[in-house]
Amino acid sequence: MALSTARPRTAATGPPPTTRARGPRLALALIRTGPLLMLVAVVVTASALSPVFFTTRNLGNVLAQTAVIAILAMAQLLVIITRGIDLSVGSTVALAAVVGALTYEAVPSATLVVLAMLGTGLAVGTVNGVALVWGRLPHPFIVTLATLSVAHGLALWLAGGQPHRGMPDVVQLIGGTSIGWLPYSTLLVAALALLVLLLTTRLVWGRWIYAVGGNPDGARRAAIPVNGVLISVYVLSGLAAGIAAIITAGRLNAGSPTFGELAELDAIAAVVIGGASFLGGRGSVANALVGALMIGVIRNAMNLLNVDAFIQPIVIGVVILIAVELDVIRGALERRFQVMRAVAA
Amino acid sequence: MTAGTAPPALRIAGATKRFGAVVALDAVDLEVAHGEVLALLGDNGAGKSTLIKCVSGVHQFDAGTVEIDGTAVSLGSPADARGAGIETVYQDLALFDNLDPAANFYAGREDAGPRWLPRGLRLLRRRAMSESTAEVLSRLQVGLPDQRAGVGLLSGGQRQAIAVARAAAFASSIVILDEPTAALGLRESRRVLDLILRLRGEGRAVIVVSHAMDHVMEIADRAVVMRRGRKVGEERPTPENQQKIVSLIVGGV
Ligand SMILES: Nc1ncnc2c1ncn2[C@@H]1O[C@H](COP(=O)(O)OP(=O)(O)OP(=O)(O)O)[C@@H](O)[C@H]1O
Ligand SMILES: [Mg+2]
Repeated sequence: MALSTARPRTAATGPPPTTRARGPRLALALIRTGPLLMLVAVVVTASALSPVFFTTRNLGNVLAQTAVIAILAMAQLLVIITRGIDLSVGSTVALAAVVGALTYEAVPSATLVVLAMLGTGLAVGTVNGVALVWGRLPHPFIVTLATLSVAHGLALWLAGGQPHRGMPDVVQLIGGTSIGWLPYSTLLVAALALLVLLLTTRLVWGRWIYAVGGNPDGARRAAIPVNGVLISVYVLSGLAAGIAAIITAGRLNAGSPTFGELAELDAIAAVVIGGASFLGGRGSVANALVGALMIGVIRNAMNLLNVDAFIQPIVIGVVILIAVELDVIRGALERRFQVMRAVAA
Repeated sequence: MTAGTAPPALRIAGATKRFGAVVALDAVDLEVAHGEVLALLGDNGAGKSTLIKCVSGVHQFDAGTVEIDGTAVSLGSPADARGAGIETVYQDLALFDNLDPAANFYAGREDAGPRWLPRGLRLLRRRAMSESTAEVLSRLQVGLPDQRAGVGLLSGGQRQAIAVARAAAFASSIVILDEPTAALGLRESRRVLDLILRLRGEGRAVIVVSHAMDHVMEIADRAVVMRRGRKVGEERPTPENQQKIVSLIVGGV
């Protein structure tokens, strides 16, 4: 820092801690753990209603079924932090899986199949990011809506509308097997979660995505490479779709143009349930994972309880509304809290 | 103020900027010396913020030259301006409401390592950044309830104080403030004015945009008046000149 003149501190700096703020402070602390609290409530309810729910075997199922949503949600989180959205990830899962299956039919090389799936995801992500930034398209909603359609059509066309069976052993291992009750895919999710946690909280790049989401114009004026940051989140989102394709294709031992249908909406729902803001600049990996788990647990519990499959989307929708409402209350409390502190100061 | 032979900290000549059909700046000449406070005056839409944004690298002049300490420079980007030791408090403050004061201070110039990694992949030195930010804020007597909270929850005055402190902390040569006291009460305004005087005392060149004539009279060494993109006058802000300056601003007969 360049400032050199020192000044004595006056007693006026920093307000004294107030006791009156304790009530709202407690409410705020509680509501800040909102998503986690909701997850615990859902798990407790499910365990009470179904004796099967809280068995290692079933929990393994839940984890396996949640892996894809979790990976897509973590990537979607990065995009949403920058005020963006990526609607194309579901179609990209399908396209990557189909490309993987066709590659396997042509050359039975596991390495090549994995690279083909990851490469397809990367390619779609790069198109999204570059079209958004250099094409100066008005909003990522439009860009990724277009690539959603293109990737979906490409997957159908390449696959001839048919699923293609057969995946290399490694891919089947990652997507479809477990160590005891713990699915391999869960280990992959955990490793990726640590990586994203590091990216978002410890690295300069993480600062930049929050800065770009919080104030894009300010970020430009602060000499942050805004365009590069934007491209990077869409590239990572595409890559995540490639990884999700490996898990899906491995679990079903096939590549099909129907994979990943509406997965983008699950991912967005998970992020929103996890309290991230659509206005950008806010959200955490842990909460996005909690959101993904919540969706997985609710679906699983309803299956166990033989709830009509048509009811399930209704329940998920209601959960989204509750989660967002809790977040609105949190915001209002935080503002009230701040006014009280300003008065005290 | 200037040592006669020393080149000015900043010299702008023939600065012109158009936005489509709007001529926001029309051949403006301007200079400011180290240890001098220059007030930039003019009615709404006169082009003051545009001039400031061009010097800060946010916009680029369509024509004109910029010299810093006698050397011609090109301010093609905010990074260029920062590199030249120019810091700006924008009219809209350009704060990140979702980030804490330290993250706001260091946005785009994060203290991080190791150096052989690309900038974005370096590890943040979060503690070092918080500590030095807290130190600057306390030295400038900016009291905050919570150093870790996003600045969006602070009062208008506190936000403005943070933006001013950020510019003061990092400017090695030139500090530009676009209406820095606009949102402030009496006590906070006083602090900002004192800070400006202190920056001058430390040899920095200061450009202040303000509509508050009493502030201008008190702190400015020189006043440049703009109207519709042109520089229409330059005066010493003395009590005798105040009426003249006001009529230059409003463009009386
Ligand atoms: N980004 C822009 N695009 C188009 N026109 C602009 C842009 N920025 C400024 N202008 C125009 O340039 C002119 C000068 O605006 P500027 O913001 O520099 O005025 P100002 O002197 O700072 O006024 P104020 O005192 O209201 O802040 C105005 O006519 C404005 O409409
Ligand atoms: Mg202005």
